[in-house]
Order: sequence, then C-alpha cells, then structure tokens
Amino acid sequence: MTFNRYRRGLFITSFLAAPVILYLVYVISPNIQAFYIAMTDWRGVSATPAFIGLDNFERLLGDNVFWKAVGHNAALLVLLPVITIIIALFFAFLLNVGGQQGVSGIRGSTFYRVVFFFPQVLAVTIVAVLFQQVFRPDASGMLNGPLMALGLDPIGFLSDSSFAFWSVLGVLVWQAVGFYVVLFSAGLASIPKEMFEAAQIDGAGRISMFFRVTLPLLWDTVQVAWVYLGILAMDVFAIVWVMTVQQGGPDWSTTVMAAEIYRNAFGYFRFGYASALGVVMFLFTVGFAILSLRLSRRERIEY
Amino acid sequence: MPSTPHISRRDLLRAAALVPAAGALAACAAPASQPAASSSAAPAATSAANPFGVGDKPLEVWIFDGGFGHQYATDIHQPLFKSKYPNVEIKHNVTKEITKILQPRFAGGNPPEVIDNAGADMMDFGALAQDGQLQDLSPLLEAPSWDDPNVKVRDTIDPSVIEIGTYDGKFSVLGYVNYIHGIWYSQKVFTDNGWEVPKTWDEFLALCETIKKSGKMAPFTYAGKHPQYAYEPLLTMAAKIAGHDVLVNIDNLEDGAWKVDAMKTAAEAMAEVGAKYLMQGTAGLDHVQTQTAQNKYQVAMLPCGSWLENEQKSTTPDDFAYAMFPIPDITGSDAMPYGTLHTAPGENFMVSARSAHPQAGMEYLRAMLSKKAAGDFSELVTTLTVVKGASEGREISPGVNSVTQAVAAAGTNTVYYRVFAWYGQLNDECKAATGELMTGGLTPDAYLERMQKKADEIKNDSSIKKFTR
Repeated sequence: MTFNRYRRGLFITSFLAAPVILYLVYVISPNIQAFYIAMTDWRGVSATPAFIGLDNFERLLGDNVFWKAVGHNAALLVLLPVITIIIALFFAFLLNVGGQQGVSGIRGSTFYRVVFFFPQVLAVTIVAVLFQQVFRPDASGMLNGPLMALGLDPIGFLSDSSFAFWSVLGVLVWQAVGFYVVLFSAGLASIPKEMFEAAQIDGAGRISMFFRVTLPLLWDTVQVAWVYLGILAMDVFAIVWVMTVQQGGPDWSTTVMAAEIYRNAFGYFRFGYASALGVVMFLFTVGFAILSLRLSRRERIEY
Repeated sequence: MPSTPHISRRDLLRAAALVPAAGALAACAAPASQPAASSSAAPAATSAANPFGVGDKPLEVWIFDGGFGHQYATDIHQPLFKSKYPNVEIKHNVTKEITKILQPRFAGGNPPEVIDNAGADMMDFGALAQDGQLQDLSPLLEAPSWDDPNVKVRDTIDPSVIEIGTYDGKFSVLGYVNYIHGIWYSQKVFTDNGWEVPKTWDEFLALCETIKKSGKMAPFTYAGKHPQYAYEPLLTMAAKIAGHDVLVNIDNLEDGAWKVDAMKTAAEAMAEVGAKYLMQGTAGLDHVQTQTAQNKYQVAMLPCGSWLENEQKSTTPDDFAYAMFPIPDITGSDAMPYGTLHTAPGENFMVSARSAHPQAGMEYLRAMLSKKAAGDFSELVTTLTVVKGASEGREISPGVNSVTQAVAAAGTNTVYYRVFAWYGQLNDECKAATGELMTGGLTPDAYLERMQKKADEIKNDSSIKKFTR
C-alpha cells in the first residue's frame, strides 16, 4: 500500500517535473530577476550593471509621465469594466430573455450573437490599425467623413489630446463587449426558465425583470467579468502602442504603465528603471487583485 | 485515494490576476554576468594598403532596411570591399528592427562588426557609448583614403560628421548620408501660380496668405503625428536669429537655454503658422500622408529633410520638380545670414568594439567613404553623402540639384543640434509639447517653460550620462 502510494507519487512527479522546471526557469526566475534589475542602473548592453539600491524607485516618484500613465490605468480600471458590463448585460438580456414572451431573445438574436463576437476574433494589432483608419482626421475617416459631409469640422479623435483617451477607451470597449455578451449569455442560460416565467406571471415588465431577476442571479458572472476587465485595464498596451500617435500621445494623453515600461526599456535603454516601473505595476496589479477579491465576497443565491 | 485538489473560482481569479503582471516583468532578464573577454586576437600586420590589419576572419554586416533599402550594401559597398579582401567572408544581414535583434547580441558579448544603426528601432548610441561598445574610429580618420594614399580620410568628408559622431571625445559613429533640412515645394506649382520663394518671414506669411486665399491648396503642413518635423524648423529658426550658440546651449543643457528670446520668437512664429495656415487635419496625419497630399497638390509647402525626394519617388508626378528653400530671414537683424542650413549626417554606421573583427569593420567603412562607393550610392538612392564632391559629374535629380545649390550657398553657415540623440526622454517630451504648440494646446511661453523643466530634470538625473559639445 505504502509502496503503491510512493510509486504513484513518483509517477506524478515525473510528469510534473518538466512543466514545473520550465515555469521556474522561464517565468518565476525572470520575475525574481526583475526585482534585482530594478535596483541596478543596467542600460541593456552592459554585462556588468552597477547596484544602486532604491534610486530608481526614488526617481519614479518624480516621473510625471509615469504617474500620468498610472492615472490613465486607474481611469480605465473604473470605466472599462463599468461601461463594458453595462453594454454586455444589456445585449445579453435582449438576446436571451428580452423577447416578447420574456423567455426568448428578440428577433434575429442568433445572428446578432455571432456579430457581437466578431471583434473578439480579430487580433489586437489589427483592431488598432483598423481604428487608425476609422479615426482618420480627413474625409476618408469613417467617423469624420460623415461629419465633414454635414459641413462640420473634423474631430481629431487621435490627434486632439482631449479626445484621444476616450477614443482608446471606446476601442477597448468595442473589442471587449462581444466576449462578455457570450459570457453573460452562458450565465443566463444556466438560470432556470421557470424563474423568468414566474416573474412574468407576476406581471414583471422587462425592466423590473432585469433588475429583480436577471442581475441578482447573474451576480457571480458579473464579478468574474469585473476582475477580468480590471486585469485588461491594468495591462492594456497593444492598442495604445499601435493606434495612438507617438505611442501614448498626443502629449502623453493616452499612455499607460505598460507603454512607459516598454518605452523606458526599449526606447531609452533604461532597463533598470523600466524594471522598477514593472515592479510598481506588479504591486498595483496584486493590490487590485486582492482588493477586488475582498470586495466581491458576497452570499451566493442558491436555487 | 487522494482527492484532486479543488480549484475554487476565487483561486482561479487570483492566479489569473497575477499572470499579466508576471508577463510584464518576464520581458526583462538579467544580463550575462561576465562580459565575453575582448575577442580581438592578434591582428594581422598593418600596411599602407591595409591600414587596420584586416585578417581572414568573417565580417558581419547589418543594414537597416529603410528608405534606402539595402541594395547599396550588396551591390556597391560589399563588392568594393571584396575586391581587396577576397578571403574575408561577408555575412550580410538586413532588418527593420535593429534593437530587437542586435541588443541581445551586445548583452551576450557577441556583437556583429558593422551596424547601420538607423530607423525607429535603432539602438541608443548614448547607452552603447556608456558601455564602451563603440569602436574608436579615430584611426579611420587618420588612415589614407581609399582613392588617394596621400589624402587622409578626415579630409574627404564633411567636418560635421566628425563633430557629430564623437562620443566621449572619441569619434565613434559615422553618419554616411548628409541630410539637409528645409522647406520643400514643387517648382511646377510655384511657377504655374507665380509664387516666389520667400526670403523673409513676412514674405513667407504673405505667401501663405496668398495660397490660402487662392483656394487651390492649403499653404503649409507637417507630419502631425511626428512633431519632430515641426521642432526642426523651430530650432533652426532660433539658431538663425541668435546664432549657433542657442543650439549649443540647448545641447549642453545650460540653465535657461530653452527660454532665450530667440526661442520665444521662433516658437511664436511656428505657433502662428500652426494656428492659421495648416492643412486641415494635419495633426492627425503622418509623414507619408502629408507628403502624398503635397504630391497630389493639396498643400504647397512642408518642412522635411533631403531624404524626401527618394522617399516619395513612387507617388511624385513626373513634372512635380521637388525643390527646397532655407528658413527665411526672421527679424531683419538675424545673427546668421540668409541661406543658413540645418545639416545633419544621418544613417549612422558603427563598428562594435567587442566584435571579433573590428579591423575589418573599419576597413569596410573606409571603402564606403571612397568616391566611387559614395557616388554610386548617391545615384542609386538620390541622396547626398558626406563624402565631399562624390556626386560631381553625375546625373542628378531636381531635388538633389536644389539641395546641392543650397549647400553651396550656405557655405560654413550650417547649424545642428544633438540633444535629442543624446537624451531620448527630451526628444519625446519635445515631440509631445511641439504637437501641442502647433495645435494651440500650449502657448509659446508654456511650451518653453515645459521644455526647460524637462531639460533641467534630465540635467539633475544622475543616472543619465551627460554629453557636451
């Protein structure tokens, strides 16, 4: 018996060894190294960086651009989940229980379901390039074309520093909504139909059905969506880097933490400093994860 | 039987939350702890014909695949080198992403010999200099030139190359192409409409007004997405008003260098152009879009460097006839005369100090600086090189013609700045701030205030290596 258990342990270990070693070497160890690099003045090309203690962290406290980036991440952290979840819930509700009978979707819902998912299928870079064209400031822009045809001045969606951030947010929402429509649809499908029928017999309209039945029963899924979208907001990078002018501009109005890390590392060759920014971003992300898991603790509704 | 550990939703989320943070950090990995000891083995004997002692080891060359392509390397430079050193194997490589591919080679102590370090993804020369990765090219300057053993290489090239390529008192970066900056227009458009090249700023503004009123096209544009195209004329203008010292002081991060009167006059002039005469949508367009708009006769003038004609050759109408004019006289009492030009050697070549065969790298550069190589290069890519007189007696395009005349007219009245190559952060801040200046988001005063603040910040940051000229 003991021997068998030992053999089984050996068997499992032998299978786990390879992935665990890969994970240690390629994920955990670079992570730990980053904490060390953050305390050096490494510029990427030297083989012998000097240890400078916490200088890099002291320096980043006065780095206006980085704190601007943090501000943008914080704004995204609030706005991206809220807007995406509201839109996705609305669509998911209409697609699944918003129809005349109350237990089926509106007409053509299967078609819409596919359409909503389209953006999710596209690679982020493609989305970014696509929206560069959509936001073009001249008559060939998809948004400015109609505006100019109406005789209005074109809007610099990406070139005006007071609009650019909202354009980025819009693209992020556009891309994320489809996935959460599907997620919430799955959540709705697991709610027994009788609940909706009972509510309908009691005379609930679409609005009260949504707030009194759908939302409470879907709360678990909404929490999951919230954390996922929060993570997305924390490490948004590709959309900003590819789509915006001057990679985070104009005038730093769209930059985010990941973009500043990349810029300092591969633009200014300040790998030590960039690692320090990375460590700070790591702390923010962990902080967010802990906070959101604490706040989202709530009684499950059993049915 | 042991039960499978239950993974709760909470655990899953917790893990998921950590993954991206880990990813961001994993991007960096510490360097190899020991530098590969300098690999320059005993060099071959030197002679007048082989001044650096090129041996038989291979020569690895990396060319940036940008506007000039890389045909010039394989068809002109390498055959010339090979004709003298048939035993040296040339390993020719091409990339658009210099940093991504070569930075690990430096960190690993195994860099290639010759690098054309150019393009948006070029390596930071300051960082390379700081770590002693740049081969001292002083012997190249003192070596006999490829064409004439009685003339030193130093005397065959534009002197600004040596000044600009000097890091820490050592000449270590060879700018091969001579970029001349100015305001570009179509001779056809100007002739057809009877517009004259402006000699003073008032004439320039009057011309803008005329073009605007004509309704035929917009007067002015620049690559709005890349505001460095706008800060270039601004700084050149300031130097013209109050002398080259304005730029020297800015380069040296002197206190208050950005806030001198000449800078204010220049910033106000550019802001006025930005407010009144820009093509609609300029701020959101890039260099290709604005330059193509000029080729389509939608806009009359734009500031650019002498690479423009080659860059636009596929979209330029046959009778367009590119030409450029220098920054006009601003105040009537400018410190520098009409015709003052901003010239900047570009397309920077370097030899890696810790490569296996730096001698061959230097010899390769010497071959590049021969009259034949430089002249063939100019013909192939319609751009002037830093080699004096290399394009004499060759077929020249209208744009190159115009630039050649401008260079001759400027004589010694040339200016340049290096601050943005030295301090990448200042460059990015200046792009951001200049974009705002041109679109009215910043007043000239606030603009200079902001640039001064950033310059001071860099000056006081002990981690950033300082350069002076």
